[in-house]
Amino acid sequence: MENLIALLIAAPLLGAAVLLVGGRRLDAVGQWIGTLLSTTSFVFGVILFVDLLGRNTDDRTLIQHLYTWVPVAGFQADVTFRLDQLSMTFVLLITGVGSLIHLYSVGYMEHDERRRRFFGYLNLFLAAMLLLVLADNYLLLYVGWEGVGLASYLLIGFWQHKPSAATAAKKAFLVNRVGDMGLSIAIMLMFTTFGTFAFGPVLSHATDASEGRLTAIGLMLLLAACGKSAQVPLQSWLGDAMEGPTPVSALIHAATMVTAGVYLIVRSGAIFNAAPDAQLVVTVVGAVTLLFGAIVGCAKDDIKKALAGSTMSQIGYMVLAAGLGPIGYVFAIMHLVTHGFFKAGLFLGAGSVMHGMNDEVDMRRYGGLRKYMPVTFITFGLGYLAIIGFPGLSGFFSKDKIIEAAFAKGGTEGWILGTCALVGAAITAFYMTRVMLMTFFGEKRWQPDEHGHEPHPHESPKVMTIPMIVLAVGSVFAGGFFSIGDRFLHWLEPITGHSEGDSPISAGVVTGATMVCLIIGVGIAYLQYGRRPVPAVAPRGSLLTRAARRDLLQDDFNHVVLVRGGEHLTRSLVYVDHTLVDGVVNGTAAGFGGLSGRLRKLQNGYARSYAVSMFGGAALLVAATLLMRAV
Amino acid sequence: MNPVYYLYLAALLFTIGATGVLIRRNAIVVFMCIELMLNACNLAFVVFSRMHGNLDGQIIAFFTMVVAAAEVVVGLAIIVSLFRTRHSASVDDASLMKL
Repeated sequence: MENLIALLIAAPLLGAAVLLVGGRRLDAVGQWIGTLLSTTSFVFGVILFVDLLGRNTDDRTLIQHLYTWVPVAGFQADVTFRLDQLSMTFVLLITGVGSLIHLYSVGYMEHDERRRRFFGYLNLFLAAMLLLVLADNYLLLYVGWEGVGLASYLLIGFWQHKPSAATAAKKAFLVNRVGDMGLSIAIMLMFTTFGTFAFGPVLSHATDASEGRLTAIGLMLLLAACGKSAQVPLQSWLGDAMEGPTPVSALIHAATMVTAGVYLIVRSGAIFNAAPDAQLVVTVVGAVTLLFGAIVGCAKDDIKKALAGSTMSQIGYMVLAAGLGPIGYVFAIMHLVTHGFFKAGLFLGAGSVMHGMNDEVDMRRYGGLRKYMPVTFITFGLGYLAIIGFPGLSGFFSKDKIIEAAFAKGGTEGWILGTCALVGAAITAFYMTRVMLMTFFGEKRWQPDEHGHEPHPHESPKVMTIPMIVLAVGSVFAGGFFSIGDRFLHWLEPITGHSEGDSPISAGVVTGATMVCLIIGVGIAYLQYGRRPVPAVAPRGSLLTRAARRDLLQDDFNHVVLVRGGEHLTRSLVYVDHTLVDGVVNGTAAGFGGLSGRLRKLQNGYARSYAVSMFGGAALLVAATLLMRAV
Repeated sequence: MNPVYYLYLAALLFTIGATGVLIRRNAIVVFMCIELMLNACNLAFVVFSRMHGNLDGQIIAFFTMVVAAAEVVVGLAIIVSLFRTRHSASVDDASLMKL
């Protein structure tokens, strides 16, 4: 069975190679090759999953050693894959949701002439992400990590003829580089501390190292996670990444990329458990991001950017849970899986709406679409109910657990984090209701575009709606399926560990409070957007609204602090170089030049003056001789 | 008579010669001043010879005269050819090496 693990990665990698090298003769069938190979990987995943289920709980870790990559004395890097409950969960999510998105893209990208290349990149994305979650050491994980960065760059900038897409891709890549630096520093620290970076030895000996070391490693890992998972302060790329085709957004937000950071933190749980300071920072980052993303999501009129804010916020929940330690690891991953379902469904729904509306993204120009797109409306609606945590749907179970876990951390921290999570739940309900009402309810608000074409909203073809239906089913039932009898908890517990913590308030109270928050959020949104007509042009709004429309000034902050700061730094360095370094060099040259110019004056060509110097020299010699003799 | 007076005379002559070399521009005069310096030296040599009671100084004086004679030949030849090319006997005019 172990030998199947490499095939999980090999299938999409083969797809990427065939599609990118194959050339134009594959243009006609490229999309089906990509979808087929991605599905093949999913089938392998299911086979392995069934095999794991048939084993004892302690025997569920499969290791496949492929070959030794760097065989240097004292520095062993192997290409070894590890399939355990944690990576299995990710494999199923990545290949499952990924394959659905492939299928959807067949319809969505039907008229794009570079479609073959698109599917090649999608397969590359899957392969890189699978490598990331299957690697058995941090160095191999880093390869997948960088592969994900590369694939996201290629896909976000897929419509590279648009300058905004090219810029967004570059931005995503550069911001991710900052996080990647964190990961590479963490790996170096691990190597100096433990002498290896394989998961087994590092994680089982984590407690041997000093706490300061572990905190440093933890913080560097957190920096890496912030980059990939779009957490404050490295969150700015996520909104701009919406420039990519919508299936890419779905893939990035649900199955690949942003989940990598959460995976990294949960996988490195042993390190974080031994470094409480690093854990505290993780929870703070999670709490800040979940509010940050939610506030941004409230103000956006672009449907995809509103959903992007929502992703940021939901990943914030997961990071918060991951920072809580064993109380939260399982719930972080559970929310990650359920979020994978409903967020992919929401993005595919948004793509379907755009598909029917001539690629219009402004929700102020939608309205009343439920009559025109019933399937999209129902699937999107189920995803909506799931994300706000409507009782009985996926988000209800997973988010509620995270809020409970936040309170269970105990002490003042527990109260603060729990309150943040509750407030986040209310804001989530508000902005998602807003998206829902502005898109599918109310009067129709669309107008002819500048060429005079009026959009004719229509339902998308079956190839697009089937993935949406499957994802909607997942959004409805996954959470309940995982929670009943604590299935998911028992599945993951051997890897991540679990402790209940002692909550100051009972689970029932938390659930009740969450429900109250939900009702408040939905209610305010209904009063604002359901009862009143939505203006076609956004009102000026309060100071907070305007700031949120500008992504809470994240770009302005980056511009002022990093871009300006960098410019000032370079300018001062150039100044120092010009004045000090060049000054010393040029000054020496000029000094010698001037001195020789003066000396040259002595050679005036007059025999008399030469005679004077000879005479003076002779006199000096005589004087010196006399002096020596006198002494 | 005290031989030191001859030394004073030699020093005086040498100074006159050196001053002439440094401040006069006429090549002939400069040349004559060089001769004057040489002869001042000769005088000093002879005096020292007398004072110390050996002949070394006298012999050196003869050498000096020979060198001076040779120098006169070369020097006058240079001055004559200089005068021919530049129509001047001023040492300042012979400044071709100056920038």
